Amino acid sequence: MFGENIKLSFVALIAGLIFGLGLIVSEMVNPAKILAFLDVAGDWDPSLAFVMGGALVTTGIGYKLIFSRNRPVLSSDFLLPVKKEIDGKLVMGAILFGIGWGITGLCPGPALTAFTIGSTEIYVFLFAMISGIFGFKAIKRFIVQS
Amino acid sequence: MDIFSLVPALAGGILIGIAVITLMLFNGRIAGISGIVGGLFPFKSNDTRWRIAFLVGLVLAPFLYRIFIGQIPEITFDASLPLLVLGGVLVGVGTQLGSGCTSGHGVCGISRLSLRSIVATLIFMATAAVTVFLIRHVLGV
Repeated sequence: MFGENIKLSFVALIAGLIFGLGLIVSEMVNPAKILAFLDVAGDWDPSLAFVMGGALVTTGIGYKLIFSRNRPVLSSDFLLPVKKEIDGKLVMGAILFGIGWGITGLCPGPALTAFTIGSTEIYVFLFAMISGIFGFKAIKRFIVQS
Repeated sequence: MDIFSLVPALAGGILIGIAVITLMLFNGRIAGISGIVGGLFPFKSNDTRWRIAFLVGLVLAPFLYRIFIGQIPEITFDASLPLLVLGGVLVGVGTQLGSGCTSGHGVCGISRLSLRSIVATLIFMATAAVTVFLIRHVLGV
């Protein structure tokens, strides 16, 4: 059991490293690049579309091959979201995230990767983002329990 | 902007895809960053270590980049500190309420052809583009 957990963590560490490298290679860690993509009325930079395209084609093919297996290599099941319906929470959450992303040019992956690159701006954003994540989860838990 | 400047974008995207399929092939997990962070609370002893390990990898990636590739690209912020706080809180709350971000919905979800993820991605992309339009071209900040 302990051994399996170590293997899972090792794979996760490698996956995190590769993910972070991808974000740096593609310059997605730079909020200015994200904003230049989102600014369709300005000097438009299509980079993000190519990042998404590269990631989607790779993942689309990879997932298809992987899901032909019965189970993952190191664990018993593929843990996939089961929810199917489009509800208010999904829509509202995507809107709030979109506003925050548009204001800053930062989403969770690039922001965390930029942590060790370091700057006051990234520390401030990460503190607010992590407070938002755990604050929301704590309030939700409180409401569900009471 | 010439076509060759898009090669790093494509290469980076492929690396992200390789990371995503690695986590699914071995661990059976979705590589959604907001989900990996959010899943740290409430604490579950057998479900925490891989999350921390993934996040450590993410955070250490710049060191690996410096060793094997070179100078980290320049990072510039448009938003002021108060706006970074507001934006950070919105990203944090929004991704938890909406069950995902650019990686979870935008890459993993769309790759599985999940309707929820396709809808969420279209909404946050459109909302972000409208937000940038308002800030840059209407308010003129």
